[in-house]
Amino acid sequence: MTKSNFTRRGVLKAGAAAGAALATPTIFTGAVWAGAHTGFTNAPQGDTVTLGFNVPQSGPYADEGADQLRAYQLAVEHLNGEGDGGMINTFTSKTLDGTGIMGKKVQFVTGDTQTKSDAARASARSMIEKDGAIMITGGSSSGVAVAVQALCQEAGVIFMAGLTHSNDTTGKDRKANGFRHFFNSYMSGAALAPVLAKAYGTDRKAYHLTADYNWGYTTEQAVRESTEAMGWETVNSVLTPLTQTDFSSYIAPVLNSGADVLVLNHYGGNMVNSLTNAVQFGLRAAEANGKNFEIVVPLYSELMARGAGANIKGILGSQNWDWKLENQAGAKYYGTNAFVQSFGTKFGFPPSQAAHTVYVQTLLYADAVNRAGSFNPCAVAEALAGFEFDGMGNGPTLYRADDHQCFKDVVVVRGKENPENEFDLVEIVEVTPVEQVTYAPDHPQMGGAEASLGACNPGA
Amino acid sequence: MTEQATNTPIAKPKAPPSIVASTGFLGLNRKDATLLALVVVLTMLAPFILNPFPEGSGMAQFNAGYPDLMQRFVIFGIFAIGFNILFGLTGYLSFGHAAFLGVGSYAAIWMMKLVTLNIIPAIILSIIFAGLFALLVGFICLRRSGIYFSILTLAFAQMSYALAYSVLTPITGGETGLQIKATDRPILSGLEPGEIGRANFFGIDMRTSYELSLGDWLFTFNAGYYIAAVVMLLSFYLSIRIFRSPFGMMLRAVKSNQQRMSYTGLNSKPYTLAAFVISGMYAGLAGGLMVAMDTQVGPERMFWTASGEVVLMAILGGVGTLIGPVLGAGMIKYMENIISKINETILHQWFAFLPDGLEDFVVSMIYPFIGKGWHLTLGIVFMLVVIFLPGGLVEGGQKIAGLFRRKAKTDDTPSKTPAE
Repeated sequence: MTKSNFTRRGVLKAGAAAGAALATPTIFTGAVWAGAHTGFTNAPQGDTVTLGFNVPQSGPYADEGADQLRAYQLAVEHLNGEGDGGMINTFTSKTLDGTGIMGKKVQFVTGDTQTKSDAARASARSMIEKDGAIMITGGSSSGVAVAVQALCQEAGVIFMAGLTHSNDTTGKDRKANGFRHFFNSYMSGAALAPVLAKAYGTDRKAYHLTADYNWGYTTEQAVRESTEAMGWETVNSVLTPLTQTDFSSYIAPVLNSGADVLVLNHYGGNMVNSLTNAVQFGLRAAEANGKNFEIVVPLYSELMARGAGANIKGILGSQNWDWKLENQAGAKYYGTNAFVQSFGTKFGFPPSQAAHTVYVQTLLYADAVNRAGSFNPCAVAEALAGFEFDGMGNGPTLYRADDHQCFKDVVVVRGKENPENEFDLVEIVEVTPVEQVTYAPDHPQMGGAEASLGACNPGA
Repeated sequence: MTEQATNTPIAKPKAPPSIVASTGFLGLNRKDATLLALVVVLTMLAPFILNPFPEGSGMAQFNAGYPDLMQRFVIFGIFAIGFNILFGLTGYLSFGHAAFLGVGSYAAIWMMKLVTLNIIPAIILSIIFAGLFALLVGFICLRRSGIYFSILTLAFAQMSYALAYSVLTPITGGETGLQIKATDRPILSGLEPGEIGRANFFGIDMRTSYELSLGDWLFTFNAGYYIAAVVMLLSFYLSIRIFRSPFGMMLRAVKSNQQRMSYTGLNSKPYTLAAFVISGMYAGLAGGLMVAMDTQVGPERMFWTASGEVVLMAILGGVGTLIGPVLGAGMIKYMENIISKINETILHQWFAFLPDGLEDFVVSMIYPFIGKGWHLTLGIVFMLVVIFLPGGLVEGGQKIAGLFRRKAKTDDTPSKTPAE
């Protein structure tokens, strides 16, 4: 990032040119760095544009954050015409030509969300107020995503969510300035249910262990409703504290509860620990109601699979994307290999789904600006809403206008029995087509009829 | 008042005997008035002082004069001042002060969601709620002292955090926290349908800013900052008065020897409890202001690390001094927000003038201390301060001032801190 090209300096120059000799006081209401003449916050001046990458660099999701930063770096390189272009070559919209965004070179600032909403908002505000960022993106948890999305709505910049899986982000907390490419709890439930029915039958009794916070609640609700709809019965559901590291006391009652499936609505370290405990208690080898006892983990990630080691073998779950998708599920998911290739060349290992989603988000934003012909958040939001595209590794995808959620196929995966290396821990079982995971914008799980995007806010 | 009589046998730590006499400007002696004036000047001119580098220069990275960070400086300053009234005066180390900050924040946001978007009622409510909660926690925890007291407060804070995070989700919004939404219709606000409410001070939006550009420099004067700064000055003034009052003297007596105090027949508990509640109310005030400046609350505001942070602030700046905690708060927030944003790319630009191999070497040497490594830098600074300046930054300032003074006059009575 070249310091001499800071947006605020551009604002200054413009102010000076406007005729004031030294002191050019102007009162701005709403957003701080807005150029009054442009009509929106942080209008890029000069020949550069600044994006804000706000990811967890410390705390429980630091690994995801680090992978996201790599993907952002790659995306910026590709946008500026360096490297091999990655998914720009496969993306169906062809406005990106390696000259940055609307001819302006892309620069970025980074910040640490610490996976805390306060810290994330502080970091995002400093990007907007100090560095003149026109768009904020990133994050690895739903609490942070919802908090930063609300901030961007107030400040009048676009928010492109990173890894956030809770329904709320595009459900009851949806915002006109916020967009999510990642899938959500409802989609996980809807995608898993038919696969579960096929693998384990429709006559099953499920026991839920749920992390005691918003994401856990929405995930449990989604899985529960989808599986009950196909005939499963929910025996019990127990909330576990997020800080729990030993789940033995929660696992012990499961075997005598009459259940024959355990659903672990846990993520990250929670899931690694609860799964390990469950396997240690012999749940995988047990039989109940004359059937093999099974374990299900609704949201999977490569990093979690690595943490759980051998315990993950044979366990079903869902993912937004996987780096082997194009090779295993066919050419429909083109773009995957192009991205894996350029990521692998630069960093030496395949990207995670967290990296994929933020890379795609950055490209989608850049493309939307180009198509809109303006950096104005309202114009960009209009260009993104209802946008249909392909070639980003997920097959044909729709950015739905009603809730700014991407609709695409969902990958159902299983822990691999004989992994060849540490990046090959999951195998793709099935790809659930988008029709099965689509829901009405006013679905009760998504905040019902009350949830609305509100009006787009350009700041200034 | 029996204090005068009982004070005499108690070893008064470094307290000049004349301080009780409140004369002069606003009831402050000259030294305190000077200190207050200094703080007034510093906070009012903060937009200039914190933005010393011209826009676009390589050093602009270190500018801290943007609204968010300036607001944080004064808000955490208030938090630390309040903490210091408890820890600095009575010596009771509370490890759960973030809980009061959080309670204040939740109270304030509910006030804004339900009743009015004006920040004053919200802040008042946050002080009241934090005070009541502090009364409850203090009543229980103050039955013990020393490490047991610390652990009890820590337990309460973690309990509050867990409650806010999950059990009380309907009230606290759980992990996601609370924000003002388009569906919130405060009774006294008169919002257009669909309009998202904004915190204001009798119509002045907290985000309103006035920009002044002088040559290459850009200075931002933010309404929210100045409101928070005035509140901070009031809190600071109040804290000086508490430090200099007979009540403050009793608190110091608790710190120096509580046992001796009780042997003289004095019940120290009302004093410590009062100090605890006052300190909790300061935290609530800070929490309310945080919501006023940025209308959002999350439970991690009450996490034990947040409680630990204010302890660091007080120790880093100088425990028991008036200005120290404010300096400590500024220092920590500066590092958290400025150092953490320096990334590898920026480092490479700084050292671009070096030959390639050397550049990479220098960058790899500095890299662990910036960006996500800001905790490491903070840790090192903290260790250096504790080892070489046990009195915190204030002691550092005094040592420097002492150097100059010695030059001017050969013998000057080694005047103790302006604070104590």
